[in-house]
Amino acid sequence: MSKSISLKEAYPPGDLAIWVIIYVEFITFALLFLGYAFSRRLDVELFNASQLAVNQTSGFVNTIILITSSYFVVKAVHSIKNMTADTLQESNKEASKWLLFAILCGLAFVTIKIIEFSHIFGMGINLSTNRFFMFYIMLTVFHFLHVILGSGILFLIYKKTKINGYLPNDSKGIETGASYWHMVDLLWIVLFPLVYIIR
Amino acid sequence: MKYTSQAVAKPYFIFALILLAGEILFGLLMAIQYLYGDFLFPLIPFNVLRMVHTNLLIVLILFGFMGATYYLIPEEAERELWSPKLAIVTFWVFAAAGVATILGYLFVPYAELTELTFNNLLPTMGREFLEQPLPTKVGIVLVVVSYIFNTAMTVLLGRRTVITTVLITGLLGLAVFFLFAFYVPDNLIMDKFFWWFTVHLWVEATWELIMGAILAFVLIKVTGVDREHIDKWLYLIIAMTMVSGILGTGHHFFYMGAPEYWLWIGSISSAVEPLPFLLMVLFAFTMARERKIKHDNEMALTWAKGTAVMAFLGAGVWGFFHTLAPVNMFTHGTQLTAAHGHLSFYGAYIMIIFTVISYAMPILRGRPHGNCAKAQKVELSAFWMLNIGMLGLTLALSAAGIVQILDQRVGTDLIGFMESQESIAGIYMVRAGFGVLVFSGLLTYFYSFFVKEENA
Repeated sequence: MSKSISLKEAYPPGDLAIWVIIYVEFITFALLFLGYAFSRRLDVELFNASQLAVNQTSGFVNTIILITSSYFVVKAVHSIKNMTADTLQESNKEASKWLLFAILCGLAFVTIKIIEFSHIFGMGINLSTNRFFMFYIMLTVFHFLHVILGSGILFLIYKKTKINGYLPNDSKGIETGASYWHMVDLLWIVLFPLVYIIR
Repeated sequence: MKYTSQAVAKPYFIFALILLAGEILFGLLMAIQYLYGDFLFPLIPFNVLRMVHTNLLIVLILFGFMGATYYLIPEEAERELWSPKLAIVTFWVFAAAGVATILGYLFVPYAELTELTFNNLLPTMGREFLEQPLPTKVGIVLVVVSYIFNTAMTVLLGRRTVITTVLITGLLGLAVFFLFAFYVPDNLIMDKFFWWFTVHLWVEATWELIMGAILAFVLIKVTGVDREHIDKWLYLIIAMTMVSGILGTGHHFFYMGAPEYWLWIGSISSAVEPLPFLLMVLFAFTMARERKIKHDNEMALTWAKGTAVMAFLGAGVWGFFHTLAPVNMFTHGTQLTAAHGHLSFYGAYIMIIFTVISYAMPILRGRPHGNCAKAQKVELSAFWMLNIGMLGLTLALSAAGIVQILDQRVGTDLIGFMESQESIAGIYMVRAGFGVLVFSGLLTYFYSFFVKEENA
């Protein structure tokens, strides 16, 4: 019987509160993306020339890292959602393994980003250099802070799996954190082509 | 009243209301000066009235917050206040210092006041809203520190709740950001930065935590909704308020000599600032709908819902009108700013004080079920008079602001300040009318305290 109940997916996944936060984040980033797009249209040459200073490779590597981390998070959520009373320990253990991979990806992203920032700031570039770099710094630093927060959230969930804290039919907590992490990932998937690639 | 030490809140509430009466009275005098420039001249010039009006507001809100804290902390911490005596002593110290300062403003020329109060030792005077003489500023710090200490000790020795955590965080922020009032850089732009660090981070960050905590407390009490449920809303609102509010400081850095990127940071983050206020409306109304008890003090819930709505209108909607940099270029410093200032302070901070007083005062006066039906009816009329008065006043000021912008800032056919003010005189008359309604509303509110039970 419990099988048929779990078939009916709760929507949206996770706590409703996280969806309020996600939508507010989307609104905020959307305003920044729009600001970028309109400012770029006013001075395409400046944006194209400035874009050359930004390292596309590190951006690309970071994109792969974030997408992969989201895959790990999905695997972790699956482990918890498919848990039965018999597999409580195994499922928690498996989830913690996937979460650890995801957190390591988050840390790798942060490390690569710090190298990228030190290169950019090392050239004496700051928020006042020009309109492109203003948006580049605002968008990437703001997103960078989200990756740090997201990794922290994943770490809290990881700690809970370590003590077998998730029980069958109790995936709300991990889904809440996972939704946030996917948002961080999704924002980057828009941000990367917009700021690093499109010419 | 569950704990006897909660009684210390009473003088704070009463004094806050007395100051509010003064606040509105001085506002009315200014509304008249807008129409008749030489009214009260040379007895009390406009700049002095304005200083008294704004300073009274800050002090009365502090008294209201303190009263609310002393009332709710024992119930939340489930123990008596750490030191009721300290709370009473700070009340008298703060009240005396407040009255002395206001009298100083009224009866001593400001320049002379700076000399009398050792401003030469550490120049801090002359900045809008922070005009207080040095001894008053030091006094505020001492009073606030003793208030936080008393509150923190009570919580540390008792039960810790989300409400107390949020409240104490707000209080600490209030104390820390006031310290910027003591630092006045020579560079005017730097000066503005530090000034906003106090003014903005008070009203659009830390005070909102205090307001959120008080609102959550009253809602728990009058709706009986589970604490866990309310806590989650509170966290959500607070998190959003802090992020948007702190970055939103940027909307004050437009066109004041700060770098261009502030136009973007300020515009975008403050465009998000209304959202936590919208959540607060949803919060209050959802809790009211899901309430598990029907508290006899219906006015407390009415005020709580009113607070959420008026704060959303005043701080959220009226703030958003002119928060985007390209709009703000035209609206800055006009009566539109005054419209926003009036409705946001009223909606967020005066209303929350009414809310907590309406809930707590009857209990403090030995009426655990609230005032009698007749008194609540009077209070409800006061509620509407105050709200309609404030909305009318805000709409009038907004209209005045729009005329001012068209007169002086849009196009090439512009007129001078005094000529523009002349053209707004009719609107100022309407504003003064609504001001009278607000004052009558307050008097009606006072009267509701003295309405007796019919069969008693």
